[in-house]
Amino acid sequence: MNFLEAENVVKQYANHLALDKVSIQVPEGKVFGLLGPNGAGKTTLIRIINRITAPDSGTIRFNGREFQPNDIYQIGYLPEERGLYKKMKVGEQAIYLAQLKGLSYQEARKRLINWFEKFDIMPWWNKKLEELSKGMQQKIQFIITIIHEPKLLIFDEPFSGFDPVNAELLKKEILELRDAGHTIIFSTHNMSSVEEICDNIALINRSKVVLAGNVTEVKNRFRTNNYTVRFHTEAGKLQAIPELFSILTEKDQAGTSEVRIHKEPSITNSALLSALAQQTEIISFTEEIPSMNDIFINTVSGTNTTQA
Amino acid sequence: MSKIGLVIKKEYLQRVSKKSFILLTFLTPFLFAALVFVPLWLSTIKGDEAKQIAILDTTGKYAPLFKDTEEYTFITEKEATLEKYRTNPDKDIFAFLNITDDLLKNPEAATLYSEKQIPMGLKSTIDKTLSEFLKDEKLASYNIENLKQIIEDSKVNFSIKTIKWDEDGSEKSTSAEVASILGMVLTFIIYMFIIMYGAMVMQGVMEEKTNRIIEVMISSVKPFDLMMGKIIGIGFVGLTQVFLWGILTTILVSVSIFFFGGSTSPEEVMNAQMAAQGMNEISAGSSEINLQIQEIINSINFGMIGSCFVLYFIGGYLLYAALFAAIGSALEQQEDSQQFMTPIMLLMVFSLYAGIYSMNNPDGPLAFWCSMIPFTSPIVMMVRLPFDIPIWELLLSFALLFVTAVFIVWFSAKIYRVGILMYGKKPSIKEMIKWVTYK
Repeated sequence: MNFLEAENVVKQYANHLALDKVSIQVPEGKVFGLLGPNGAGKTTLIRIINRITAPDSGTIRFNGREFQPNDIYQIGYLPEERGLYKKMKVGEQAIYLAQLKGLSYQEARKRLINWFEKFDIMPWWNKKLEELSKGMQQKIQFIITIIHEPKLLIFDEPFSGFDPVNAELLKKEILELRDAGHTIIFSTHNMSSVEEICDNIALINRSKVVLAGNVTEVKNRFRTNNYTVRFHTEAGKLQAIPELFSILTEKDQAGTSEVRIHKEPSITNSALLSALAQQTEIISFTEEIPSMNDIFINTVSGTNTTQA
Repeated sequence: MSKIGLVIKKEYLQRVSKKSFILLTFLTPFLFAALVFVPLWLSTIKGDEAKQIAILDTTGKYAPLFKDTEEYTFITEKEATLEKYRTNPDKDIFAFLNITDDLLKNPEAATLYSEKQIPMGLKSTIDKTLSEFLKDEKLASYNIENLKQIIEDSKVNFSIKTIKWDEDGSEKSTSAEVASILGMVLTFIIYMFIIMYGAMVMQGVMEEKTNRIIEVMISSVKPFDLMMGKIIGIGFVGLTQVFLWGILTTILVSVSIFFFGGSTSPEEVMNAQMAAQGMNEISAGSSEINLQIQEIINSINFGMIGSCFVLYFIGGYLLYAALFAAIGSALEQQEDSQQFMTPIMLLMVFSLYAGIYSMNNPDGPLAFWCSMIPFTSPIVMMVRLPFDIPIWELLLSFALLFVTAVFIVWFSAKIYRVGILMYGKKPSIKEMIKWVTYK
């Protein structure tokens, strides 16, 4: 079931169209990646979902029904430009914001202490926010975003400003939240994190959704049918079979050969493999699946050239 | 606790616990007390040493008239000439009084020389001494018996006693001066507070917007709750400050009266002020005057003025703070605020001047109309309050103020709701007004 659906959302700013009939489907209990280059309209869409701005036309459906103002209380939002009270003590403002999100003082305190200990930032409880490093502030903001356990979590560039260790910690927490049943919308430029975390994606470029779907499915759509085969050179050379595969490049190196081949789309991997196995002794057989990074760059530069 | 309650509590506690607030609240009454007492205390201190004035009197008639005072000693040296003093200055001598002829015949014949600026006090002492003597001399020259006595008797010292009738017909002494001073003090306090705390609201709103805290909060608090919470929270901070100042000032005044004993009792303070203003004659019948002052102070209804002050403070603050909040919500840069603040500041300054001019005629048309218009009434009415204005005027003014304040709050909330989430270019006032119609 889709937890959130946007249909034909249009947003026009004074002299540029930020969103042009954008539709996305966010399945419940999954991580949804909202991708796109800078200025594509991701943040505008997120702001519409947060009811910060209203769309000019189009509808949003939330939890299977019409989007209502009160639905916003079920959303936790981590904006790209982080913001907390600089002069306020960390613990004090975390409790304040958690209380505003509907927790009692006791409950807020209990949950916050729990999270602060998990993130190893308990010693900062009584410090003013401005005394903390940027990464520390990010951690606090992340905790505040999720503290009231909303059904829908929206993270805009959650990893920016984090060192690899903390980024890993954050990734783990996001996946745990997903497993606990939260639906997560996740906007980023970091493509490796998309492959690790996202179940579904939508790629927005120049105000339009240019690519959407399940991550594996999207990747399959971008299959090149190219394979890299390594084998023992003395066991025999590979010969191209026109109805099965053709050879792209060949490389010999210290008793092993590495050959890139192109398979005919109609042939299955198993059929190809058995044909190869008859010719030589195979060490490894790898399908060249494009990374999300390649897909991103290809799609974005592709749409840009067709439009240009 | 409700959301708005949480916001109020946070805004209040955060500000009240600030060092700057505590410092300002506790030091200002001392400053205020110092402003009242230091000049009084200074005026009781005489110059460290009496200054010497040399008299060169060729007639010999006038020199004996000058009696030494605490500030000046008069000396006469037989051999001295003005030329000698001028060429060999004697540093100990402050000034030289040179009299060369009979002053009745030749009033130009007396001159006062000094190397320094001659103080007013010295000049008036000499003028007074000489003119009294000359007057007597002149009177004597008419050769009428007891003329001096007759003139003394014909002097009438008149100061009208003002009595205000109460509704039950009982009489009360009033004093326009005391009422004016009280009105002026209240006017300044309310003016200062509206500006100070209104600006604080604007700062707070802008902080939330520029720090993007608002984007996080918007999913949990309604914009109206956030705005009202801030306005009310900061308003309570203001009331707390006024309240503490009131208490501290009362304590300070009582303590200083206790310590200085009789010498600085209120009556003495009044006398000293009167004396300083050169109204020496009035203080002659001191005990009677004290009684009158007591009566005048009693005639002022402090309870009524106090509660009106608080109500006008609340109304005026609500009205202006809501406007400040709307402006703050529309802006991102501190520098842009000037342009939008100007119209509001002009309104405030106009109110203050209207208040000051109303003092001459607290029941005149300027005072009346400005105390009805909600934007000026909180300030102008403060001037009129001690003058016991009719109750219907007060009620009408309150009603107008509070109805307008509620309308402005509604209006500002509309602008705030749109503005607080709007980033990018600075909006014009026209655009801001358009926001009101947004759904």
